[in-house]
Amino acid sequence: MRFVFKRSYDDDIKLFKHRPQAFYYLALLILMLALPLLLDDFFLGEVTYVLIFAIAGMGLMLLTGHTGQVSLGHAAFLALGAYLNAIMLSKGIPFVITLPLAGILTGIIGMIIALPVLRLHGIYLAIATLAISVLADDIIVMAEPFTGGVTGLVAPPIDIFGLDIDRYGTPILFYFLVLFVTLFVLMIYRNIMRSPLGRAFVAMRDSEISAQALGVNITKTKATAFAISCAITGLAGALLGHFAGAFNNETFNIVLSIQLLLMIVIGGLGSIHGAFFGAMVVGFLPQFIAITRDFATDNFGFNSLSMPGIETGVFALILVLFILFEPMGIYGRWVKIRTYFELFPFYRKNMFKRQKSYLKTERMK
Amino acid sequence: MDFWQLAISGLANGSVYGLIALGFVLIYKATEAVNFAQGDFMMMGAFITIWLTNEQYLGFSFWLAIPLAILIMALLGYLLDVVVIRRMFGQPQIAVIILTIALGFIIRFAAGAIWSHEPQLLETPFAGREVHFGGLVLGFEEVAVIIVTLLLTMFLFLFFKKAKLGKAMQAASQNQLAAYYVGIPVKRIQSLVWALGGSVAAVAGILFASKGAVDPSTGLLGIKAFAAAVIGGFGSLPGALIGGLIIGLIEPFAAYGLPAGYSQVAPYALMLLVLIFRPAGLFSQMHKKKV
Repeated sequence: MRFVFKRSYDDDIKLFKHRPQAFYYLALLILMLALPLLLDDFFLGEVTYVLIFAIAGMGLMLLTGHTGQVSLGHAAFLALGAYLNAIMLSKGIPFVITLPLAGILTGIIGMIIALPVLRLHGIYLAIATLAISVLADDIIVMAEPFTGGVTGLVAPPIDIFGLDIDRYGTPILFYFLVLFVTLFVLMIYRNIMRSPLGRAFVAMRDSEISAQALGVNITKTKATAFAISCAITGLAGALLGHFAGAFNNETFNIVLSIQLLLMIVIGGLGSIHGAFFGAMVVGFLPQFIAITRDFATDNFGFNSLSMPGIETGVFALILVLFILFEPMGIYGRWVKIRTYFELFPFYRKNMFKRQKSYLKTERMK
Repeated sequence: MDFWQLAISGLANGSVYGLIALGFVLIYKATEAVNFAQGDFMMMGAFITIWLTNEQYLGFSFWLAIPLAILIMALLGYLLDVVVIRRMFGQPQIAVIILTIALGFIIRFAAGAIWSHEPQLLETPFAGREVHFGGLVLGFEEVAVIIVTLLLTMFLFLFFKKAKLGKAMQAASQNQLAAYYVGIPVKRIQSLVWALGGSVAAVAGILFASKGAVDPSTGLLGIKAFAAAVIGGFGSLPGALIGGLIIGLIEPFAAYGLPAGYSQVAPYALMLLVLIFRPAGLFSQMHKKKV
């Protein structure tokens, strides 16, 4: 058992709770840096993909997990980031400027879009963002002079101070680029959550009315959350554009939006770890299904090739099981297991039980 | 004449949107949960009817297949609530939303695995029949769709207003705990609502399949029905129908009068406008939340 004694108020917001924890994360960082030595190009590409999804997941996690605003439209902001980045690159602006600019612009546009939507809450917000996602698809097609319409765009090559970075040509450099962005976003995210702004987010998620009573400016805070979330998602979108090579309106369809949301729920809402765990599930599931499918075909003569869409089906099934049996997601399960061992033998079954809330209508007659 | 032809076919499409929206509103009105899988429910209902009627499958008579399909969908809805949704009791609203989205994916996958992804038509006894009405030539299906939808909406509206069960459903939604206290079996009521939602989806599916081909991704139509429900004001049954009709009417006229592409955008654009300027919808039921 470990006791963490808090000696000052700053201890509550330290980056690492105790020394061993800092050590674990350092070890993880070293492992990530050494990964190109351990894996071949294919699996390095897969890890890169997972990291890009983790960035997008962090974007949505900030909004949904920590601020409590459900967005079913984040694929639209991924698309915005990807298109802005590719268009600016093709105008000859260097990548070191276009990438952050794509993020910032996506954040600003996201906030402008969000402002009218922010008055809504709960299901209305979910539906409005769903509509944004559907609209984005059509708008990309209609804005053909900029976006190439259905033909799509090809992401121009990246050039950082004379260093050529390409997903296929130099996968290791691309991996380090994505890893750098991931760490950058992670640092910003962690520090936001330690600041008054982050605590305002969480307060708003837990009870909007109480947060308002404590002096949180609801509209301003929500808009800020939306802006930061969209900016992070825009960064992920720009990277995803380079990862995919070529993309069109179909790349960022509504299913991707929903998948992003499902991803962070599986990972564990309300924790940064959740974004990473969820991204791992999304990233490795297709491989896993392919391997299982080959195995089944070889051993049982079972032909599953006639089942298109099996990935989303299995994914959705996993999600249903998670929501029913482990609403806190993978990270929640991990915390429970860890607590079990840390407190052994004093762990009790209902330690993580959440209080039930009985619904009252928002409509009254 | 063109105008009326467009208007009637738009109304028929709108009726189907309205029926799906009715399903959303029904479940929302009585359980405060939103069933994002309602569109997929409709697709399932359509496929079950096709499976029962069409020659290549079971080949039952059409008039036998309809009540059977409605019954099967009602059972599915009931079971879904008992097995899955009921466990979510007392959890945040958003968890139910995500759960139903996932269920929608599963239903879509299941339908694709069972009935393949080929579009299929429902074989109806009145296929190709026409109705002549004051110089207009209308498809029999279109007229039937509009009439059935109107009757069903009226029935449900009266059911919620007058019947004891309907009132109990509203009470259970307005305050779960208080409904318990006055002796309403909230859990069973909710299962019944899901069964009702399932059967409304079956009706929508039958009507939709008699007008055009169905494939597993037809369920995505549900998103349009959302727009309908929001325009009408979530929680109002006639509102849902009128919202559906508005969207059904906008589509053909936008396609007729505006450049290509805009007609797909029009329903959602209208919905966003309604959300921005009149967030509670045309038939408002929202009131300021009190602490």
